[in-house]
Amino acid sequence: MAEVILKGVSKSFGDTVGVAGIDMTIPDGAFVVLLGPTGAGKTTTLRLISGLEKLDAGEIHIGGRNVANETPAQRDVAMVFQQYSLYPHLTVRENLEFPLKSPILNTPKDEIIRKVNEVANVLQISHKLDNKATALSGGEMQRVSIGRALVREPQVYLMDEPLSSLDAKLRTDLRIELKRIQASLGATILYVTHDQIEAMTMATHVGVLNEGRLVQYGTPRDIYENPNSVYVASRLGQPRINILPADLFGTAPKGAHQIGLRPEHVTQGGGRAAQVERVEHLGDHSRLHLHLDGHDIITLADPHADYAPGSALQIAPKDPLCFDAQGDRIY
Amino acid sequence: MSSFSVTEPSTRSKWFAGSLVILYALITMVPLAWIMLTGFKSPADAISYPPKVIFDPTLEGYVNLFTTRTRQTDEFLAANPPETWYEEIVRQYDMVIAGPSKFSERFLNSVIIGFGSTFLSVFLGTLAAYAFSRFKIPLADDLLFFILSTRMMPPIAVAIPIFLMYRQLGLSDTHLGMILLYTAVNISLAVWLLKSFIDGIPTEYEEAALIDGYTRFQAFYKVVLPQAATGIASTAIFCLIFAWNEYAFAVLLTSGTAQTAPPFIPTIIGVGGLDWPAVAAGATIFLLPVMIFTVALRKHLLRGITFGAVRK
Repeated sequence: MAEVILKGVSKSFGDTVGVAGIDMTIPDGAFVVLLGPTGAGKTTTLRLISGLEKLDAGEIHIGGRNVANETPAQRDVAMVFQQYSLYPHLTVRENLEFPLKSPILNTPKDEIIRKVNEVANVLQISHKLDNKATALSGGEMQRVSIGRALVREPQVYLMDEPLSSLDAKLRTDLRIELKRIQASLGATILYVTHDQIEAMTMATHVGVLNEGRLVQYGTPRDIYENPNSVYVASRLGQPRINILPADLFGTAPKGAHQIGLRPEHVTQGGGRAAQVERVEHLGDHSRLHLHLDGHDIITLADPHADYAPGSALQIAPKDPLCFDAQGDRIY
Repeated sequence: MSSFSVTEPSTRSKWFAGSLVILYALITMVPLAWIMLTGFKSPADAISYPPKVIFDPTLEGYVNLFTTRTRQTDEFLAANPPETWYEEIVRQYDMVIAGPSKFSERFLNSVIIGFGSTFLSVFLGTLAAYAFSRFKIPLADDLLFFILSTRMMPPIAVAIPIFLMYRQLGLSDTHLGMILLYTAVNISLAVWLLKSFIDGIPTEYEEAALIDGYTRFQAFYKVVLPQAATGIASTAIFCLIFAWNEYAFAVLLTSGTAQTAPPFIPTIIGVGGLDWPAVAAGATIFLLPVMIFTVALRKHLLRGITFGAVRK
C-alpha cells in the first residue's frame, strides 16, 4: 500500500470546474472519506487519481512516484465504480478473475481460485459465482463490484459510494468488513460517500469538498466538532445541525451572524419557549421538531419523551458554533 | 374472478396476432417455395399451364445446372450404356454429359467475394466506429457525414469511371477487385450501424478494464467486442446480403475468373432452351449460404441491444 499526495490538482470540463487546486495527503494505510454534495468534485478526484481523467494542472504522487504519465493499469489502483460497471458478458466468477488475469498481474491459476473464493465468501456471493453478472440484483452487483477491487492488493483503493444500494443489514456488515480489511491489510482507501455513519465509523480522515475545492480536511471528530464553516458543519450530523440567527436566544455572540447548534447542543428546561411540532420515537431516543420565531429546530430527547404537538418547551443553546456573514467560523 | 391483466395479452388477441404472423410468413414464403419446387420439376412440368403443384420430382434441374451436355449419335449411345444415375437422366434426351458446368466455380467466387468483403467491411467498420465513438476526432461529424455521403448516390451511377479505373489498375475480373468494390460500398453502412451499437455500450466497462490492468486495445478486444457481437452480427448480415445479391457491377466488371453466381445463373437460360428447373436449382443453392449465415447468427440478432450491469 502507498501514500497518495495531491498537489494543486485541477481539472475543468469545458466551462465546468471539476476540481480546483486540491492539496491533500492520504497517508499510507489511511481511510479517507470524501464528503460533498453532487457536483462537488468527489468522483472527479477519484478519476484523476485512477488516471481515467488527465490533469489540467498539479501533480499526483502514488507511493512517491509522480504518476502524470502513467496509464491506469500502471498506477496500480483498484476502483469501485458507483455504477458497478460489471462486465455483462461474463459470469460473476469471471468478473472477479478479470483483474487477476490481466497482463500486469498475471496471477497463477490456483492463486486466482483461492482469492476469488475468499472474496466471494466475505461478500456473501459464493452461491452466485456462476451466474451471469446481469442476472444479479442491484445489491449483489454492488458486492461483485467491491469484490473485483478486493481480489487485488493495489497501491490504493478508490471507492465511489460502494455501499449505496445495499440493504441496511448488509451495509452494516460490509462496513465492518471493509474496515477490518483495511486494518488487516493496512490498505490505503479513498472513499466517497453521502452516509454520515460510514464517514464517522470508517474514516481516519475526512475531506469536505465544495465546488471543486477542499474546504476542510481532518479527523472525523475534528470535522464534526470543529467545522470551519456553515457548509462543513452541514455536511456531517444526522439530524442536521440547526443553523439559526445569532440573536435568536438574546444577545448575539460578538461578531456572529449565525450560530450552529447540533441537536445535542440544545438544552431543555430553561431559556426561550419553543413550540413542539412533532415527536419522532426512534427507540433508543426521540427527536423533537420544534418551532421558534419562524425557525425549525431539531433536538433530541429521551426515548419516552411525550410532548403533545403545540405544547411549549423551554430551550437554550449550549456551546454554539459561531459563524460570520460569509458562513465562516469565528469561534 | 376476472383474469384481466395489464401485461399479459388475452388468449384471443394472442391467437389473432399469431394468425397474422403466420399468414404473413406464408405469403412471403410462396415465391421461395415456388422456386424450390421448380428446381425439382421436369422442364415440361415447369412451364405447364395451369401450374402443377403436384408433380413427379426429378433431379434433372440440378443435373443440368452442374453439367454441360452434348447430343450424340444412336450408335454412340448404344455402345456406351449410362453408368450413373445422373447420366441416366440425361439419356432421356439422347444426350451425354460432356463435363462439369461453371456453376460450382461461380458459386465459389460468390462465397469468396461475398464473405471476403463482408469480413473486410465489418473489420474496418468496427475499428472506425470505435474510434468515432470513443475518441475526440477533429471534424468527426463532417467525416461521418462524408462516409455516409458515399452512399447517397446509387453506386451504379459511377459504373463507367469504376470500369475504366479497374481496367487501368488491372482489377477487372479479379476477386480482389470485387472484394474492394463491395467493401467500399458497404463500409459506410458498417461504420454507421456499428457506431450506434458501440455508442450504446457504456464507457464504464472499458474504464473498469483499464483500471483492472488492461491496455486500451485489450479493453476493446476483451470488453467492447463481446458486447458489440449483436451489432457486428447484424451488420455482417446486411453486408453479406448486399455483396451476395449484387448484380450490376458483377455483370460489368466480371466475365470469367471472378464472375459471381448472380450474373451466371441467367446465362443458363441460353444453354439448350429455356431450362427453368436448372435456373430454379441455381437460385435455390444460391440462397442457401445467406440463409445458413443468418440462421447461425440469429441468436445475436434476437438477443437485442446490450443491456448491461451498469446502473443508470
